[in-house]
Amino acid sequence: MEAILEVKNLSKKYENFTLNNISFSLPQGMIMGFIGENGSGKTTTIKAILNLIHKSSGEIEILGQSQDTHFDTVQKEIGVVLDDMFFPEILSAKEIDLIMKDTYETWDSTYFYKLLKEFSISPMQQIKTLSKGMRKKLEIITALAHHPKLLICDEPTNGLDPIARDEILRLFQEFIEDGTHSIFLSSHITSDLEHIADYITFIHQGQILLSKTRDEIMDKFAIAKCSENTWKQINQKDYLSYKKEKYFYEVLVEDKKAFQKKYNCEVLDTITLDELMLLMIKGDDLKC
Amino acid sequence: MEIIISNSSGVPIYEQIKEQIKTKILNGELQSGECLPSIRSLAKDLKCSVITTKNAYEELQKEGYVTTIPAKGFYVAHISQELLREEQLQKIENLLVTSILLAKANKISKKKLLEIIEILYEEDE
Repeated sequence: MEAILEVKNLSKKYENFTLNNISFSLPQGMIMGFIGENGSGKTTTIKAILNLIHKSSGEIEILGQSQDTHFDTVQKEIGVVLDDMFFPEILSAKEIDLIMKDTYETWDSTYFYKLLKEFSISPMQQIKTLSKGMRKKLEIITALAHHPKLLICDEPTNGLDPIARDEILRLFQEFIEDGTHSIFLSSHITSDLEHIADYITFIHQGQILLSKTRDEIMDKFAIAKCSENTWKQINQKDYLSYKKEKYFYEVLVEDKKAFQKKYNCEVLDTITLDELMLLMIKGDDLKC
Repeated sequence: MEIIISNSSGVPIYEQIKEQIKTKILNGELQSGECLPSIRSLAKDLKCSVITTKNAYEELQKEGYVTTIPAKGFYVAHISQELLREEQLQKIENLLVTSILLAKANKISKKKLLEIIEILYEEDE
């Protein structure tokens, strides 16, 4: 499968933060969820992809083209939703349409108005009078209306209620349905990603801890909860991380079935991305 | 067609999709030659990842339940009697394994077990 976004050994050095040699690849037609705690480097990565900051080293390819030499051409194929950057608040959707028409050759007013209607956003209403959810939807609609091939979103569902989130996720799935569109989105609302993301990439302190398919993580990883006695029998090779709680041990396991066969563990739970993040970040011993 | 996915059963989602489509093929709800929804529309409608539905279809294809026509999609395969029989035998085997394990755990002999099967089999006829 062709990669629509390929990041190779990307580094960005700041005085007190370093994005350290990160690599991942998003195939065409897929959704990649980019997770990590606040300050882990998600937004820095996105800004580097979008050429908003200069990278210290590394390579980024978008739609098979090098970002260094061809950003002007590929830029048109990208739709962007950033956390805190949008139009001046006194504008309305109608005015956004007028501005964007002049910005993008491929801007599709008919599609823009169709989406506005679908999400019940009045074209005449000023942005400042829209609710947070409505505003976010308008941002996403704006990012989609020039028919980009790749949508990049930084925390698109942050601060939204479950209903608004569900509508946005549905829009995302419709967007990728034809197989030629892809989405790269960062989020710490991991339950959104647990369902629709095809790939999960997990960044921590400027480094990629893992980048795998959703199924590999959700179906194979597990949390073993066990007594101290069981814990002592577990070979170091058979877990990724563990945490000693007051009454039991929590052990992050990469291969649920193999672990189950080998050890007679008290509880072997399926994992949520939240738990995975917690155990990998707060574990007493992380090995990857 | 109805497919009902549990997010908390611990059974991988691709497996749930696979098993439910398989059941529908075996009980005739899905007829051979019938077109299945595309990987991507199924993912959208089940609110799951594309790779998940892709895995489910690939497994079904491997087991001979669906065939694919490139650039067109997935279709229910013609199920041979042999495959059906194989599937049923597998089920019977699995059920018997449970009985055998229970018998062994309770020190019930093979002879006794066979006797029970013999009696039950005749009874039903």
